[in-house]
Amino acid sequence: MKNTILQVERLQTEFTNDKKKVKVLHGVNFHIKKGEVLGLVGESGCGKSLTSLSIMRLFKGTTARISDGEILFQKNKEEEIDLTNIPEEEMRMLRGKQIAMIFQEPMTSLNPVMKIGEQLTEPICLHLGYGKKKARTHAINMLENVGIPRADEVINEYPHQLSGGMRQRVMIAMAMSCNPQLLIADEPTTALDVTIQAQILDLMRQLQQDQNMSMLLITHDLGVVAEMCDRVVVMYAGKVIEEASVLDLFESPKHPYTKGLIASVPKIGNLKEKLSSIKGRVPTPENMPEGCKFAPRCEEAMPICFQKEPATKAFKGNRHCSCWLYDDEMRDVSV
Amino acid sequence: MLQYIFRRILEMIPILFIVSILIFYFIHLIPGDPARLVAGQDATLEEVNRIRENLGLNDPIWQQYLSYMQGIIQGDLGVSLKTGLPVTEMFANRFMNSIYLTFASIIWALIFGILIGTISAVFKNKMPDYLGMVTAVSGISVPNFWLGLILIQIFSVQLGWLPTGGAEDWKSYVLPAVSLGAGIMAMIARFTRSSLLETLGADFIRTGRAKGLKEFILISKHALRNSMIPVVTITGLQFGFLLGGSVVVETVFSFPGMGRLLIDSIAFRDYPVIQAELLLFSVEFILVNLLVDILYSYLNPKIRTSTA
Repeated sequence: MKNTILQVERLQTEFTNDKKKVKVLHGVNFHIKKGEVLGLVGESGCGKSLTSLSIMRLFKGTTARISDGEILFQKNKEEEIDLTNIPEEEMRMLRGKQIAMIFQEPMTSLNPVMKIGEQLTEPICLHLGYGKKKARTHAINMLENVGIPRADEVINEYPHQLSGGMRQRVMIAMAMSCNPQLLIADEPTTALDVTIQAQILDLMRQLQQDQNMSMLLITHDLGVVAEMCDRVVVMYAGKVIEEASVLDLFESPKHPYTKGLIASVPKIGNLKEKLSSIKGRVPTPENMPEGCKFAPRCEEAMPICFQKEPATKAFKGNRHCSCWLYDDEMRDVSV
Repeated sequence: MLQYIFRRILEMIPILFIVSILIFYFIHLIPGDPARLVAGQDATLEEVNRIRENLGLNDPIWQQYLSYMQGIIQGDLGVSLKTGLPVTEMFANRFMNSIYLTFASIIWALIFGILIGTISAVFKNKMPDYLGMVTAVSGISVPNFWLGLILIQIFSVQLGWLPTGGAEDWKSYVLPAVSLGAGIMAMIARFTRSSLLETLGADFIRTGRAKGLKEFILISKHALRNSMIPVVTITGLQFGFLLGGSVVVETVFSFPGMGRLLIDSIAFRDYPVIQAELLLFSVEFILVNLLVDILYSYLNPKIRTSTA
């Protein structure tokens, strides 16, 4: 039995725009262990959300398509399946049952015309095969678990009667209701107030530990990463550029991009200095630069960076990084 | 909710009061002398004057209005100048005919409109969508009297399946309902399509997919109800118009409905009939509006909680 619940290998996802294919994910590699919280960080537009949608294959209504790679999911003790090539019906039965997802916008992610209870019991009836009554009891339990007061009343209310934080709690209850093995949380706290953010994160962490569930936490907030994650994957322009444990990453970031991200977090007591930022922005998929995608914005870029993409190198402590700086030969050349 | 409906019905009273004054006043502006029409072309001036006196047409207009309203409150809509029959009696059959015809037209328009609109939205920019939208455009573009004539030609004259007119049994309603409903069906199809397309892009639809819901349930249970508000709006409007009867279609099918009665009455300056009919339309329109508002609050719980 393997210790990995999800293994993403060379994942490539592309969109079709006006009959032109635009590749957005350029071979994403990472894995999530059982019971682990993996952070997926990067700026807006680097492909974080698309990676999560690719895992769930939630492409309906878009032109996105997985063009290459595999996503291996440990379905149960014996069986490992490749999510990129199972039939849609099998995938649908996995969604919400074994892989659940929480989205960024609690305000719009619930159906405004259906009662909370109806929406909450849907996956319970579907995946656990419960009857209406049993599903309702289960739903009330779930609402209580996520800290919603007077859960037996809230179940009869509509989404607009709840605050944003409450709605996100409902979303979490819904995602957790079928006891998934993997929870994908796509910026679950971005749209919430700071105080509510902390509550929601605590709740998620607690539920994750109680059930020993694996979690993929997508965020651009390094504070959230530090608080929640065991390991971190840093993405840039549709590729993983660094992977390390949380401690290692914050203590000694290797990739210049990661360094930049960490440097741009505001620090208490540091009032005089201007907040540092990474110059420029993420290149669009249509205008990807040659060589290392980060090179045009990198302060440590060398000539080779503009010509060839760096390979991913393994480091001590199970770390990985793709950067020419750590290629001794190349460094010698440039010096 | 009940309280809300009750309040809305109470609100109808002042509206109808104002409407009745306007109707009464404007009808008396129509040129022409009803006493002369009743008396006939060859009547003497004396006869005409006597009839005018009998009808109360010499009284001041406010007095005529008051006596008319008095009658209405007692359920008396007056007597037709043309036929001499009580207006209520003239309405009895025609009113129900028009109601049946309206419901028949709206119901088939709703069923097929929503169905075509949904299929078009789900298969956006594919063959079923094009077919559906071609049907819809044709439905809007074809004038209903022409459609009526074609239907009569095919189903009554050549195939002999359905009668060419009248309102005897359900069969005589089929063709007029189809001709009247075609345009409405087309409109509903277009509104359903565009509204549903918007809903299908919403975040909560993605949530539904992430829960593992079947596409069919997602569309029928989650998306459609969220897309129905514009459809209810236009259906309500069309419903109100149809209740007034359709002169053209009623003529084509020689259908005994309210629309033709109104036109005939206007031609004859049959004041009591015109007044009663216009007042009835106003009541119907207001009721339909109330129904639409109630449906809104059913479709959108946000409205419900803010009005309750």
